[in-house]
Amino acid sequence: MAFKRVVVTGLGAITPIGNTVEEFWHGLSNGVSGAAIITKFDASKFRTKFACEVKNFDVTQFIPRQDARKMDLFTQYAIVAADEAMKDSGLDLEKINKNKAGVIWGSGIGGLKTFEEEVINFAGGDGTPKFNPFFIPKMIADSASGQISIKYGLRGPNYITVSACASTNNAIIDAFNYIRLGRINICISGGSEAAITQAGIGGFNGLRAMSERNDDPATGSRPYDKDRDGFVLGDGGAALILEEYEHAVARGAKIYCEIVGGGMSSDAYHITAPHPEGFGAFLSMQDALEDANMKPEEVDYINTHGTSTPLGDPQEIKAIEQLFGDHTYSMSISSTKSMTGHLLGAAGAVESIAAILAIQHQVVPPTINLFNIDESIDPRIDLTPNVAKSKKIDVVLSNCFGFGGHNATLIFKKI
Amino acid sequence: MQSFFTKLQFKMSAIASKVTKIIVEKLGVDESEVTPEASFTNDLGADSLDTVELIMEFEKEFNVSIPDDQAENIQTVGQAITYLEENSK
Repeated sequence: MAFKRVVVTGLGAITPIGNTVEEFWHGLSNGVSGAAIITKFDASKFRTKFACEVKNFDVTQFIPRQDARKMDLFTQYAIVAADEAMKDSGLDLEKINKNKAGVIWGSGIGGLKTFEEEVINFAGGDGTPKFNPFFIPKMIADSASGQISIKYGLRGPNYITVSACASTNNAIIDAFNYIRLGRINICISGGSEAAITQAGIGGFNGLRAMSERNDDPATGSRPYDKDRDGFVLGDGGAALILEEYEHAVARGAKIYCEIVGGGMSSDAYHITAPHPEGFGAFLSMQDALEDANMKPEEVDYINTHGTSTPLGDPQEIKAIEQLFGDHTYSMSISSTKSMTGHLLGAAGAVESIAAILAIQHQVVPPTINLFNIDESIDPRIDLTPNVAKSKKIDVVLSNCFGFGGHNATLIFKKI
Repeated sequence: MQSFFTKLQFKMSAIASKVTKIIVEKLGVDESEVTPEASFTNDLGADSLDTVELIMEFEKEFNVSIPDDQAENIQTVGQAITYLEENSK
């Protein structure tokens, strides 16, 4: 059976550097940092006091207050991003077969703030349980995909994928597979995360995984810089409308690009540390190229996982050099996490938007805060330092790797 | 006459006014809809989880414990106010 083709026909984004796709691109192409001192709680006693928060977000502009309060922030981001993507796609809910339309979302954690509040409330009492009836439905990570399906009446497959920071790439790969198998025509995919909470910041600080550059938050996220000291936590979300190609053409849809490959692998090595030679990353990218039936030389730009951690960044570069050989030195590479921070399970969502917009605008978004490139990295590699770059871009590969050793890679192609 | 009616409207017990405030806050309804006869589910758009949450909020606000068999009988705004006026400390 021949696979069907899968295209992207709608985009939505709410990110630390822009609350719409247009604003997000403005931030990306201008090298804007989303990092600042945390406003969601008093972080003065925490090792890390800054993060990349979504700014000026008033949920009541999008969702009636009485509905919004039954959603954790990560679900609110999901609804807002999905809404922008649905409007952008021009899909007419009266005309589509809603039984053949799904929602496959990604989130690494889910309703962390909700969980935290309820437990703090309980721990502060006399032991009498007074848990809110909305605690569980708000907290569970699949509430995001559930709420989106309820909003649009989509009755196809509905779930979320959880693979830490690879979650959304896994979600998009699943959506891609169901559509190319002909099981569904449309899928709202993407991911959201809202882990900038006391437990989130405290927990990642416990791992010593985050930057502690409190005196200069905007330069905290500095992938490939020799003085990088960890990732900067971000929050937000992004949504993509995936659609079967003929279905999109038949309704005269605007088509951003085609999804041509999805790769997956596991490090099978360590619960948090990446494989020292980047073997899992290599396998994931190789698997994606095979799936797309492409040669490494066809890739014009890689949006890396590049989180700004001392261990992770060079391993991914090693894996790229292993797989791409000399082509490593002629393509463009960048980590947009230098601007957005690390959105954990939603990283693949915002980075897919970045990849697709790079194709649309024929511009590579930069890796900002590259002051002194890590000496272990070959200087011939174009990391797109500090300034966006115009380039002919037909094919973009986007990597996401997660704690647990999960690796997932997507390939987008100009159509 | 005007001042008489205004006075009447404001002659709501402290309990009734707190109950009204909670309902407006939790159900997102207009204060004018929160009449004594209004049923949480039939008139104010609450589902079963909303009513559980309302009861919990009443318990918290008025420092009472409402047993499940009593909570089942609290279906309207008026029933809630009456119960709380009789049972709150």
